[in-house]
Amino acid sequence: MNKLETALRDLSEMDTLASGSSCIHRLHPAAKLIATAAYILVVVSFHKYNLGGLLPMGLWPVVLFQLSGIPIRTCFYKLRIVLPLVMAVGLFNPFLDHTVLYTVGNIAVWGGVVSMITLMLKGVFCLMAAFLLAATTPIDVLCGALRMMHVPGMLVTLLLLTCRYAGILTEEASVMTQAYELRAPGQKGIHISAWGSFLGQLLLRSMDRAQELYDSMLLRGYHEHFHYAPIPRFRVKDALFLAFSGAFFALVRMLPVVQLLGSFAVQ
Amino acid sequence: MHMADALLAPQVAGCMYALSGTAACVSVWKLKKEDNPQKLPLMAVSAALVFAGQMINYTIPGTGSSGHICGGMLLSALLGPYAGFLSMIAVLAIQCLFFADGGLMALGANIWNMAFYGCFVGYFCFWRPFVRSRRFGQSDKNARICISAAALLGCIVTLQMGAFSVVLETTASGITDLPFKQFALLMQPIHLAIGLVEGLATAAVLNYVYSSRPELLMDVDPSSDSKARGSVRSTLVVLGVAVLVIGGGLSLAASSNPDGLEWALFGNEEDAGVKNMGLDEEDYGAKSPAADRAQSIQERTSVLPDYAFKDSDSAAGTVVSGIAGSLIVALAAVLICMAGGFFRKKKRLE
Repeated sequence: MNKLETALRDLSEMDTLASGSSCIHRLHPAAKLIATAAYILVVVSFHKYNLGGLLPMGLWPVVLFQLSGIPIRTCFYKLRIVLPLVMAVGLFNPFLDHTVLYTVGNIAVWGGVVSMITLMLKGVFCLMAAFLLAATTPIDVLCGALRMMHVPGMLVTLLLLTCRYAGILTEEASVMTQAYELRAPGQKGIHISAWGSFLGQLLLRSMDRAQELYDSMLLRGYHEHFHYAPIPRFRVKDALFLAFSGAFFALVRMLPVVQLLGSFAVQ
Repeated sequence: MHMADALLAPQVAGCMYALSGTAACVSVWKLKKEDNPQKLPLMAVSAALVFAGQMINYTIPGTGSSGHICGGMLLSALLGPYAGFLSMIAVLAIQCLFFADGGLMALGANIWNMAFYGCFVGYFCFWRPFVRSRRFGQSDKNARICISAAALLGCIVTLQMGAFSVVLETTASGITDLPFKQFALLMQPIHLAIGLVEGLATAAVLNYVYSSRPELLMDVDPSSDSKARGSVRSTLVVLGVAVLVIGGGLSLAASSNPDGLEWALFGNEEDAGVKNMGLDEEDYGAKSPAADRAQSIQERTSVLPDYAFKDSDSAAGTVVSGIAGSLIVALAAVLICMAGGFFRKKKRLE
């Protein structure tokens, strides 16, 4: 399966996941967007040595994954994209930071090791939260929420249209790539002699398609105003979701939850 | 080069959001001022194309590895910097939301690192100067060289700037213990190689578009592009040669027989043709002082009487007269066209 087919599968999977009807799916998109942004902000604000403080933050996405009925493994599949760069940056920390933070028996735990693990965990948690938002909110609903939050209409419409056309053009590019591969067995990628014409032809066809798209938009009554999906009203449950999420973030950020739980368990 | 959320401190992410947001607002404002609603679907389809195109691998000969196109440079060459920038935002947002390629909080930084440099620096510092250069219009080959140079240099420089920004942002966030210098030395050479490949792939695509539909490219005027200029020039050369050959060479083979009017009036009895009507060839027509004066003026001013040099029967005179006549006719045609154009313009202004 080539990259394009994988992307198509991912797009279709996200569409399927977003069309669910769990309590998380039914939440107001703006509430989910704000809560996700706040979660990521709090996660990245932890100090690089504060591994204990960061750990409980993992509970929020785990609970939401369970409530939404989305298997966590679908999200971990995406880690292959995020982790390499995070690891590339964090991997040097154990070699450069030899500050002894803890001693477990005779073994000294360096600050570099802790900071590397913290960095990776931050990457994983942020990914989980962003994935959860995209997997429980259809793109047209998300665009409606963005519009509600006064993000410029042009940008929101562009995002929505691009999202719709990304699937179509990816499929077309995938068919072209497959046809090319069948005609050039054993060859990796596109040969230099076809660098220009391969994507160039798709580009020219796409430009004509854009004109057809605009004509069809005009025929459907488009007049510089796009109609997004109907956004449900902001209800009490949405406010409660925001309040509980906010309280949890504040609690974990301000109190050493892990130490408190540990000392409580020891007592 | 997509940054993850974990690599940024909230303050740095906020700053990058502010910078990218400002650039986005300026772009939206510029496009609104442009008032071209047709551009929106074009932007969307182009963004979708870049999204798909970035997943197509281009094999680098002799290395076994591959690269992909540079979205920012391609979009700014197709749509201009402002529309290209907004389209890149859509691409990066989709990559972030659906593919976890770059974090949600790091989106501002990613937009700055990949879209801002690629679209604005790439367009204003490389694409426009190269495409508007005098060299671009000189020949088709030069135009291709300019496009390739703009794409290649644009991709390399903007990718270097983006990579350097990643280093700055990560260092400012205090994420890595790697010293700034070492981190920069690690990032820049890798992205130099990536930029080179991306530049070559982007240049190939842009050259293909130029050869097929030059009007799709920004700042390329298809009516005055090198190919059109070349064809006009070649047409003029062909016409010029034709004028010289017909006016000069073929005039030597012009018939020495009288033309139709001369033949009707004076006949060609000596060649066993029709009889003379009784007119004197040297002295005919109505006599009047005005006609005498006109004839004397004509004799004084005519450089090549009877299509030959004065007091000479040489063939050279006929050749020169042919060429000169042709040039005078051409000049008259040009003057008539210019006069017509002048009056049309005047009428339009009224």
